[in-house]
Amino acid sequence: MADPATSVYFGVPGYAVLWALTLVSFFLFGRRVERYIGVLRKARPEVRWNEPWRRMRMFAIYVLGQKKMFGERAIGAAHFLIFWSFVFYASSFFWNLIRGLLPFLPIPYTDSVRWMAAVLELFGVLGLVALIVAAVRRYVFTPPRLERSKDASLILTLIAVVLITSLAGSMTESPQIYAAMWWLHMATVLGFLAYLPYSKHMHLLASPFGVFFGTLREGGIPAASEGASRREEFTWRELFNGLACAECGRCDRSCPCFDAGLPLSPKMLMHHVKELVRNGGGNGDFAGGVVKAEEIWACATCYSCMERCPVFNEHIPVIVEMRRHLVSKGEVEPRVQEALMNFTRYGNSFGTSPRARAKWIQGLDFKPKDARKEPVEYLWFTGDYASYDPRLQPVTRSAARLFRKGGVDFGILYEEEQNSGNDARRVGEEGLFEMLRDKNLKALGKAKFERIVTTDPHTYHALKNEYGEGNGAVLHYTELIDELLKSGKLPLERRLEAAVTYHDPCYLGRYNGIYDAPRRVLSTLGAKLVEMPRNRARAHCCGAGGGRIWMEDTPGVKERPAENRVREAATTDGVSTLAVACPKDLVMFQDAVKTTGLEGRLAVRDLIELVEECTAQ
Amino acid sequence: MKILVLLKMVPDVVEELEVAPDGKGLDLEFLRMILSEPDDHALEEALILKERYGGSVTVAALDAPDVDDVLYTALAKGADRVVKVADIEPGTTTRMAAAALSGVLRESTGLLPADLILTGSQAIDDLDGLIAPLLAHSLELPYVGIVTQVRADEAAKTATVIKEYPGGVRGEFETPLPVVLGIQSAEKPPRYVPVAKVRAAMKSQPIETAGALTAADAGGPLAELVAMNKPMVTGAAEMIEGSPEDIAGRLCGIFAERGVL
Amino acid sequence: MAGNIWVVAEQWRGEISEVSFELLALGREVADQLGVPLEAVLMAEGRKESAGALGKADVVLYADHSSLAEPIPDVCAEALVQLAQERRPRAILVALTNVSMGIGTLAAAKLSAPGINFCTDLKVADGRIEAQCVLYGGKMEATVTAHGEPAILGIWPGARSPEKGRATQAPAVEDVTVTLPEPRVRLKRYLEPEAGDIDISQQDALVAVGRGIQSKDNVALAEELAETLGGAICGSRPVIDQGWLPLSRQVGKSGLSVKPRLYVAAGVSGAPEHVEGMKNASLIVAINSDPQAPIFNVAHYGIVGDAMDVLPALTEAVRARKG
Repeated sequence: MADPATSVYFGVPGYAVLWALTLVSFFLFGRRVERYIGVLRKARPEVRWNEPWRRMRMFAIYVLGQKKMFGERAIGAAHFLIFWSFVFYASSFFWNLIRGLLPFLPIPYTDSVRWMAAVLELFGVLGLVALIVAAVRRYVFTPPRLERSKDASLILTLIAVVLITSLAGSMTESPQIYAAMWWLHMATVLGFLAYLPYSKHMHLLASPFGVFFGTLREGGIPAASEGASRREEFTWRELFNGLACAECGRCDRSCPCFDAGLPLSPKMLMHHVKELVRNGGGNGDFAGGVVKAEEIWACATCYSCMERCPVFNEHIPVIVEMRRHLVSKGEVEPRVQEALMNFTRYGNSFGTSPRARAKWIQGLDFKPKDARKEPVEYLWFTGDYASYDPRLQPVTRSAARLFRKGGVDFGILYEEEQNSGNDARRVGEEGLFEMLRDKNLKALGKAKFERIVTTDPHTYHALKNEYGEGNGAVLHYTELIDELLKSGKLPLERRLEAAVTYHDPCYLGRYNGIYDAPRRVLSTLGAKLVEMPRNRARAHCCGAGGGRIWMEDTPGVKERPAENRVREAATTDGVSTLAVACPKDLVMFQDAVKTTGLEGRLAVRDLIELVEECTAQ
Repeated sequence: MKILVLLKMVPDVVEELEVAPDGKGLDLEFLRMILSEPDDHALEEALILKERYGGSVTVAALDAPDVDDVLYTALAKGADRVVKVADIEPGTTTRMAAAALSGVLRESTGLLPADLILTGSQAIDDLDGLIAPLLAHSLELPYVGIVTQVRADEAAKTATVIKEYPGGVRGEFETPLPVVLGIQSAEKPPRYVPVAKVRAAMKSQPIETAGALTAADAGGPLAELVAMNKPMVTGAAEMIEGSPEDIAGRLCGIFAERGVL
Repeated sequence: MAGNIWVVAEQWRGEISEVSFELLALGREVADQLGVPLEAVLMAEGRKESAGALGKADVVLYADHSSLAEPIPDVCAEALVQLAQERRPRAILVALTNVSMGIGTLAAAKLSAPGINFCTDLKVADGRIEAQCVLYGGKMEATVTAHGEPAILGIWPGARSPEKGRATQAPAVEDVTVTLPEPRVRLKRYLEPEAGDIDISQQDALVAVGRGIQSKDNVALAEELAETLGGAICGSRPVIDQGWLPLSRQVGKSGLSVKPRLYVAAGVSGAPEHVEGMKNASLIVAINSDPQAPIFNVAHYGIVGDAMDVLPALTEAVRARKG
């Protein structure tokens, strides 16, 4: 067929038309992208070029392999096909564009290369099928938090037109139709290109970079800052979130706080960041104004949004930056303020004397070693709740007895242990976190030990990932108990003949990938482990993290996250016991069992208690 | 508007207080000092007034363990100048403290005159008097105590203050400036100031030190503490133990017995 | 005459305060033990007839002055100082209330006389007055003696029952003259508490919440119990300051004094400011997680534990019993 680039239309050669279209499209595209880059360059710096090989691997798995998209299976497959159709069609388009702009080049159009044409046809058909699946999902089985925006419809239509024109062009016998399809195809793609950076489908361009520049410290917190509210106060990567977001709503669908009716939508948060990148946020405050203070405080930092986000957006760092901003202005809820002042003064949120920290040992028939005075193998970092909360002290004593029984050579820091600072940090009080960390490091420096064992997953995360090197291995108590049971040091006296379900604490599971040790402990005890529908990385947070444990529930909360979770446990097949491995979970869920009227039907037990029952003589 | 705030450290009752071996005071070994809570409110009210009317906030505090932290915190919150009154012995009574303070106020440069002198309405160790009326007396200024709100009229040199009375009644008073006010609670709870800002204040802003130039009343204390002891706990209460349900059952029985159900 | 015991009768808004009778009861004991007369000092304008109620005193010294229309502390202190210089009492009892606060300190300063605050009781030993004081928010008790006269003693409300301070016979009333300046501080008006809320002083059962209740959510648990008991909820100052309950529900200094038949104190530590407002309740039950909390000193029954656990259980039990 005739080459559309060399054909003459109304006296104008085809390549001239193509040049004009291309220049306009590239100009519009370039102007916008340049603006975005300018904004990112003015933002706070953040190093995201380190470990390039690891980044390439992430790119391969999550961009080329689309791994996270398969978290929701049907749309995952459809998106995979659309993605790869897009890749092939984009390559083919640029090939054809170059050929069209420079008709003297001795290369054929892609549809004249047989294998290329075959691949294009195959992906064209698959892509169209996938588009239909996507459209049916979007318009018929609309998942919650997915909006049926005009923008999305337009993009779906444009992709369809691109595929159809290409397929139709390769099938037709008529030169007129062929030329029409060719021009329609080229014009649509060029139009698409010009429109792209103005639309939510900027994610097509941005998300591969988002993945490549994704965080390598999962659960990490941005470098110390006074917080962020204005555009240039955020780091470039935090702003980049806004460009990469496809507004797919996975974050909202997994967010326990959104689910509870708290005024937080991670998706809207990303949308606001996008607006901030585009328009600079307009007048007034971004943190506390555009994004309301209630939203900023509603987050439990459970990590499920970040876990689920297919484009590696980082919601929690944005939240923490804005919290820092509010904290530095002194805009803190009264109870959070009280907790922070208690940390500063007493090293615990309870406002209790540091000298009372080891009071829980009263009631043990032995005195745990003072790790500051004699060397121990394990330094047990007990944590605030396990030490001070009267409801948890019996569990803490159980743990002490089990460690002793298992022959663990352990000691504690007594009054010198302070809160690890995990919550203080996530509340946005970075200076306080540093202060607590330094005091703890000083206390740890006085002690001789080989490994650290912790009770609280929040403490575990901080000690393991945020205290720097040099403290040796950090274990969660479930890992240590697992070792003791495996090695036979804790012989079982009886089996746990019960159906038990297990709740993964956010800071143990999602943050640190410890899913198996607690489950092994339960199976070793002989329990019938029944999983809740949302388990492991999908576990539904109790709502206490990130300082939420000190905050009031905003009026209008439908169902607290912990209540939602205990209802899930209670409706799981035959389950009468909910096993937990986090002190905060124990109190949150025990309270939730009371408020949901599930008392007597669901027992909330710490793993430790179950182990002690099965090993008691 | 020139505002002067007087702060005092008191024993932190979160810590278990112990009686000194001589039985006449607190055992200092286990003592931790904390800013007297009403004084914290006085500082907050001063900062609120500065935001409202402009001017400056100067803080003077009696030396005590940990007082530097409190003064740096005051700077970080927005105080303009902080002065530490040195040479204060542990066990100084409120009367002696007030005498030392008023000496420093009169003899140090730039502290007086002030339009408003704010301090807490009462402290938990004000055994022999309250700071605010004592200072008002020695500076010959008017005094209003148990104040929860201040509106100042700089031009007229007056202030309108709200004082709390029993039963939720409040009195609105007009007073000429300068005046000494005993603050019960600020209009808003004391603000939070992040640790980083306090650290920055430590690096950039100095604490001035002023010696207590005027000797305290000679001739020994007028009020002598002859014995101190911990109160006998559960003088009256019969303690009920058991599970919440057991306790509730017992209480219900008692309620019924006493005819309150 | 020199060496007498004086009680400053607090009058506010046209009435003699209850605390004045408590002070009279206490002053009577001290005066009798020392074998000296007890005199009441009433400072007011045009309220001489009120002096008739102060019959527990042997004599009422009535100072009438236009500057004494309202109890402005520095004016009252000045009047008291003039009288004391002239008549040389041995001790002057002044109430530690929001109305009288400051009078004692100012008078002591003006007279260079000893002042002792926070007294809960007075004793006479070897002819000397010993003051029993509470310090550090109730965490310590002290015995304090004065060197010099007059000793100006600030007495917490609740030292004695006010009933013991009332008398049927009228006292001798002596007019005394004071020379006073215009008060520098002028009362513009009283602001009444917002009306419309229930009057907690009229309730038979009260459930009080304090700082230890921890969160606003838990206030609802207390409210439920109060409703079940047919009473009302009230609180201590921190809870009111947090905005969890309106000012009209505050018990203690700055709030109301209550005498219900049942008072359940949940998470209330028992600072003297609160205790003065509720210690006369017929039956006091305290729930607090701190076994050392001073509230257990005034409670009849104590529970060391979490109010969040005990309150709902109690609500259930009361409901069950009521059927």
